[in-house]
This record gives sequence, structure tokens and C-alpha cells, in this order.
Amino acid sequence: MDKLKQFTQSSLMLPLCALAVLLLFNAIFVDDFFTISMMENGNLYGRPIDILYRASSLIILALGMTFVIATGGIDISVGAVVAISAATCCLMLGGDISGVPEHPFIVAIIAALCAGIISGIWNGTLVAKFKIQAMVATLILMTSGRGIAQLLTDGQIITVYYTPFSYIGGNIPGVMVPTAMIIAFLMVCLVVFLDRKTSLGLMIQSVGINPTASRYAGVKVTAVLFAVYIFSGFCAGTAGLIEGSLIRAADANNAGLNMEMDAILAVTLGGTLMVGGRYYIGGTIIGAITIQTLTTTMYAVGVSSDRLPAIKAIVILLIITIQSERFKELYRNWRLKKSKEAANA
Amino acid sequence: MASNESDLILEMKNIDMFFPGVKALKDVTFNLKKGEIHSLMGENGAGKSTLVKVLTGVYQKTNGSIRFDGEIIEPKSPKESQEMGISTVYQEVNLCSNLTVAENIFIGREPRGKFNQIDWQTMNKNAKQLLHDELGIDIDVTKVLDFYPVAMQQMIAIARAIDTKCKILILDEPTSSLSDRETERLFQIMRNLKNMGISIIFISHFLEQIYTICDRVTILRDGTYVGAYDLKELPRIQLISKMMGKEIKEDEIEAVVDKSVPEKENFIETDNVTVPGKVKDLTMNIKKGEVVGFGGLLGSGRTEIAEMLFGITEKTQGTIKVDGVEVSVKSPMDQMKNRLAFCPEDRKLAGIIGDLSVRENIILAMQAKDGMFKHMPRHKQNELADYYIDLLRIKVSDREQLIKNLSGGNQQKVIIARWLATEPNLLILDEPTRGIDVGTKTEIEGLAVRLAKEKRMSVVFISGEMGEMVRTCSRILIIRDHEKITELNGDEISTAHIMQAIAGDYHGQA
Ligand SMILES: Nc1ncnc2c1ncn2[C@@H]1O[C@H](COP(=O)(O)OP(=O)(O)OP(=O)(O)O)[C@@H](O)[C@H]1O
Ligand SMILES: [Mg+2]
Repeated sequence: MDKLKQFTQSSLMLPLCALAVLLLFNAIFVDDFFTISMMENGNLYGRPIDILYRASSLIILALGMTFVIATGGIDISVGAVVAISAATCCLMLGGDISGVPEHPFIVAIIAALCAGIISGIWNGTLVAKFKIQAMVATLILMTSGRGIAQLLTDGQIITVYYTPFSYIGGNIPGVMVPTAMIIAFLMVCLVVFLDRKTSLGLMIQSVGINPTASRYAGVKVTAVLFAVYIFSGFCAGTAGLIEGSLIRAADANNAGLNMEMDAILAVTLGGTLMVGGRYYIGGTIIGAITIQTLTTTMYAVGVSSDRLPAIKAIVILLIITIQSERFKELYRNWRLKKSKEAANA
Repeated sequence: MASNESDLILEMKNIDMFFPGVKALKDVTFNLKKGEIHSLMGENGAGKSTLVKVLTGVYQKTNGSIRFDGEIIEPKSPKESQEMGISTVYQEVNLCSNLTVAENIFIGREPRGKFNQIDWQTMNKNAKQLLHDELGIDIDVTKVLDFYPVAMQQMIAIARAIDTKCKILILDEPTSSLSDRETERLFQIMRNLKNMGISIIFISHFLEQIYTICDRVTILRDGTYVGAYDLKELPRIQLISKMMGKEIKEDEIEAVVDKSVPEKENFIETDNVTVPGKVKDLTMNIKKGEVVGFGGLLGSGRTEIAEMLFGITEKTQGTIKVDGVEVSVKSPMDQMKNRLAFCPEDRKLAGIIGDLSVRENIILAMQAKDGMFKHMPRHKQNELADYYIDLLRIKVSDREQLIKNLSGGNQQKVIIARWLATEPNLLILDEPTRGIDVGTKTEIEGLAVRLAKEKRMSVVFISGEMGEMVRTCSRILIIRDHEKITELNGDEISTAHIMQAIAGDYHGQA
């Protein structure tokens, strides 16, 4: 009983419920929603797999975003960094029709990740060193990032014919699970490791709650801020590889478009507050999956893609309202009144 | 002491107050007469601030009744109680740090001009006038509040409270960071208000002040009501006994702790160190196993010297040597590696990480020092936290309680624990006993001396309370205008000598 009570009050409660409701809706209204089957080539197939697969990039971005938001900051450049990363990778591989890469695949991957990290260093410098407000600081790269990606690809959409490139966004031959899911899983492991086995989590939260006191306690505030933006850049770089591979091309204008907003939403859905402080990795992951489930559900019940954002907004508004302190307070008062009435009767 | 019904401006009866998991007040009674100064006393965490907050509507009582000025009231918010005529200075100064001094004083009741626009000029002029007339301080009221130290912020909060018309004035530890001069000034104001028939609730851990200014006292222990007494009829020692709930003897409280004999070896030396506007040409040393005091008035630069030593501010001139070796000091971490620790004065701004647990607050400095990858296993963290909770008798429901939910004095203890945990060679304590109850205060003073003696730890003790420094320090540096003017040693240390030295009339034997 105590366990149950603990659970209902835990921060994971809400995002989990939201997800559960969505899944229930699907179970009732969408045929064969939960069926997972194996295709001829041995790959797994089905809606749940599809959701996790498509949520992978979002999960990765949201992980980086969680740390950033926990320090009291925000990184709205991640969508653009996805485009930069994708462009870098495609540029390195080249668009040769014969499928011969210009540079070895591994070099291209490292270059793309480096592009993400460099973007992170840029953001980190502005926020940590020059103390520019995070929203403004990352806005710079958000607006210029796609331009940079254009420059990299010379304004063209480079299409890559090198087959292994498609493995990242698809399946590695002989592996049942989509590669993106594996990458997302590894990133989750990395983040859980950082959270549990290092004191990074303590430092991040401490900086997010009270930077002055943190400094007095010896926490290297600047270094912590730097670290979270670099990590966010790295996450965006990784997501860029997946997004680029999905369409096998560098599309500077559309790769990762609006993904920063979904990432921020995933983090807040997960219970981490925008003012910084306590963060919830588990919540973030569930938040990201919820957003993707919502999208998939809408498609499944035939909502056209131009109406999708509106419906998404309504659902999210609902969830965020239920989560808000004010609402919780109203609910508490209501409960209190009920119990008082019961006591009087 | 039969109190006539109509004598009472305030009657609080059978007050209960719960926090999730904690019963902070149990069946508390509190009566306040018209025109009296009434003290609330009790150990840290006894429930004094909570009782005040129940009265002002910050918290809602679970049970009981409040009768104010003949009517039953149910204050729902601080604003409501303010409008009813209850003016409050809370323990944690609750002003807006990024507004100007004048704005802070007049927020919500700004003087208006012809077109209902805020009349800034009048506002600034009135603020300046108010601070000058009432409290005798002259500062630039157009500067943001953050610019001034805690003590000044406290004065500003007081000015704001007394400037609004009220029937009850509540002061929750207003003097904790004030010097004697400002305290005297405040008492003058309190006496004037009392003569005007205003009732005052005054919370403080300074017995001296309680006996000087208050008429009656209500004592709380562990959230329960012990009794209300006339101070004239209650000897100090009995008051303390009632607070602690056990019989104690005089010498246990006022005992002058045996001073350690300083050794010859220096731990830290500074040579002509200057920080522009903060520290002027400072040459001094601190020996191993010695307790050194910094004496001086408010704003004399004691805290600034401590901050320089710890690397919060960077020197522009001079050298600092630790263990005889010159060190470069760019950040607190540099000095933490040299085994320095600094317990800052401003608890809320520079001390606590409010939304972290007591455990996390205790291990923070140690963990920062060890670096990110030397993560302390959870059971070690728990052990360490429990050890210090026990050692310093920190009143918590459990170690995972958020530090912001502790009483002021207990927060202070957690910060001291944070630094003790780093096992420093030099511990700088800036007003360590601020807001700490009498019993624990003696313990902390004793702890400082014991650490020096047994572990050869050097301690810097900064306190506005002379008596405390006399009890603990074997040497006192006198600071004035950011400069060291003299030193007092061993037997010449006395309250009188310190005051004379600060005034420049005594130059020490050496
Ligand atoms: N917001 C809160 N949530 C939970 N517990 C609280 C909260 N505020 C106070 N408490 C608890 O209530 C008790 C009384 O606290 P209170 O602040 O009233 O003490 P106090 O007598 O003012 O002590 P001090 O002298 O240290 O200021 C403490 O045990 C404290 O831990
Ligand atoms: Mg208090």
C-alpha cells in the first residue's frame, strides 16, 4: 500500500499515465496496435516498434536537453545542429552514384559528432563564459545553423548512395532491432551511468538551484555549464546521423525541423521544471515516447498532417495543466474539503 | 498576572500545524498584550518561525483559533495579515534582490504622481529620509538591494516594516547580523513604538537582548508550548533550562573555553595583499592549530578578507603562502585543494542549495573537491550525513528532507557540516552562530576550539558578537576600513579592548 502511495506521488506518475491513456486509446480504436511481427528479412515490425524507432532521435535530443534545462538553461539550437551534423556526414561521404564513399564511413561519423560537439562548445562559450542568457545564446545557432548546413553542402541536397550509411536509420543486416533504437538505448545507458556513477548529476542540480552557493561550495559552475551544452551538442550530432541516414541525404532545410520544441516538451512532460534543479531521466524518456505515440496515433486514426500540430497542442496543454502546481493545489484543496465534509457528516 | 481580556491584542489558542510528515506545532498558546514587547524563545526548530507564519498567513494552521483585536481571524496570505495591521520582518529576508532599495521599501504602496504614474523622485527621497531618520543609515537608495550586505538588507527590511501602519510588529531574528550600534538603534525604535501602544513580537537567540528589551517571553520546545513568563521573574538559567527541557548549570553555558596554545608554524600567510575596494594591503598570518578572530564593525571588511583568502575574489597585488609555499588563488577550488574551507555569512544566497536534500548539501563540497568521477557510494553518503546530523544535533525528519524546509538555525548547521566533511586545515567561519540557539552556540564555539587543539586545525572566527570571540580566539585581528589596524593577543583579549581597538584608542601590547 505504501509502495502504491509512493508511486502515485512520484514524478513518473503523470507521464506514465498520459502514455497509458494514449495506449489504451490505441488498443481500442486502432486494430492490431500491439502486434509485433517479423518481416521476411528478419527485422521486427509493428506499431510499438515503429513508435520506439521513430522516437529514438527525440529521446537522444531530450536526454541532452534534460541536463541543460536542469541547470536552468535551454538549448533551442538542437534542431539546427541536427541539420549541421547530417550535412557534415553526407558531405564527408559524398554523393557518388557508384556508392563509393569519399572518406571512410567512420571518419564521416566522427566528423558529424564533432560538428555537434563544436556547436555545443559555441553555445557553452556564450552561456558559461560570456553569461548570455541561454535562450538568446542558443537562438543564434538556431537561426544560423541551417545556413551553415547549406554552406556545407553548397546549397544542394547531397544524396548518399553508400549503402552502409542507410544502416544507421534502418537495420544493420542480420540485426532484428532498428539501429536507431540501439543507439538511443546506448545513449540512455551513458546518461544513466553519468547520473548514477558520477557526481555530475549533483553538480548540475546544484548549479540549477543556486549557482552562487554552488560556487562557494567549490562547484566549477562554468565547467558544469560548458559540459551540459557540449553534451547537448553531442546528442544533437548523434541524432543528426540518424535523421540524415533516414532519408540518405543532407536536407539543410528540413532535417531536425522543430525537433528542439519536441525535445523541450519531452523534458517538461517528464517532470523536469524549466527553472532548473531536479531532473528526471526516466520522465524524459517516457515524455519523448509519449509525444511520438501521440503523433503515430493521430496518423493511425487518420488525422491529416496539417491538423496534427493543433491536436498535439491541445493534448499537451491538457497534460501540462494537470502537472502544474496550481492545479495540484486546487486538487488538494478539493480533497481536503471532501474529507472535511465526510468528517462532519 | 491575571490578564484582562481587553488587554490582549492577540490570542492564539490550541494551534496545531502540520507539514507533510512533521508536526511543527502542537497545541500552542500565545497571548500578546497591547503595547508589550514579547519574546518567543526556543531551540532551533522549536517552531518559532512557524508560529509567526501561521499568524501572518504564510502557512495555514491545522487546528486552533486566532483572535486579533477582538475578532476571530483566518489569515490566508501575508498580504491579508499585512492589511489587517500585522507587519512582519521574516527570518529569511524576503525582499527582491534585483530591485533598488527604494523600490523594496515602497513596493505595493509607491507614491503616485498626477497621472497615477510612480513618482520616482519622491520615492527615492522618502526612502532616503526614512532610513536616515529611523535607523541612522545613509546609503544610495537607487542601488539594487543585492549590492548591500545581509546586515544592511536586514535594516532595509526593518525600515519597510516599521514604515507601514500596524498594530503588531513581528521581528523574527532581526538582529542576527546587526552590530551593537544598529541593534541599539533598533531597540530605540521598538521602545518608541511600544509607547505608541504597538505590540511587538521579538525573536532572538541573544539572551542579553531579550532581557534588555522584552517584557514577557513565551517558550516553545519541540513545537509544544512550555509557558509564558514575566522576564523580570525568570532568571536566565531557568529560561535556558525551560528551552532545553533539562536542568543545567550556569558554567555550562558561559564557560570560557580553554584556549589552545598557538604553535610557531604558519599555515597561511599573506603579504601586502590587495583586492581593489575590498582588502587594503593586508599582511598577516594564521598559525597551525590557532583560532584567530577578525574583529571590526559592520562593513569593515572582515568578510571580504575571508573571501579573498578562499579565492572568491582575486587579489591584484601581494602574495599568499600556504604551508610556506606561494600559491596562485583563482577560485575556491584552488583553496579547497590547499585544504581551506569557508562557511559564508549569507546563508540563503551563498550557503544552502534549497531544493537539495540535507544529505546532498552535506556532501556537496567534498564531492566537488573529489571531482566528478570519484563518486561517493550512496551508503557512504548516508553514513557521512548521519554522522554530522548526529554530531551537530541537526534537527531533521530524515536526511532526505529538503534543506529549505529546515529551520534557519538547522540550515546553518548543515553548512558547517558541509565544510567539516572536507576535513580542512583551515576553517573560516563567518558568523557561524548566527541564528543558532544558546546551547548549540556553546557547542559550536567549543567545537572550533577543540578542532584547533586536537586536530591542529586553524580556525578563523568572524563574529559580530564580541563575547563570542573573546571566548574562542587566542588572537584577534582588528579590521577597520578594509585594513588591519592592530592585533590583540592572549590575555589582552577582552570585550573592552576589542572595542577600544576598533575605535583606534588601543593599539595592543605588541
Ligand atoms: N516547509 C516546511 N516543510 C517541512 N517542515 C518544515 C517546514 N518549515 C519548517 N519545518 C519544520 O518545522 C520545525 C519548526 O521550524 P521553525 O522554522 O519554526 O523553527 P524555529 O523555532 O524558527 O527555529 P530557528 O531558531 O532555527 O529559526 C522544524 O523542525 C522544521 O524542520
Ligand atoms: Mg526561525
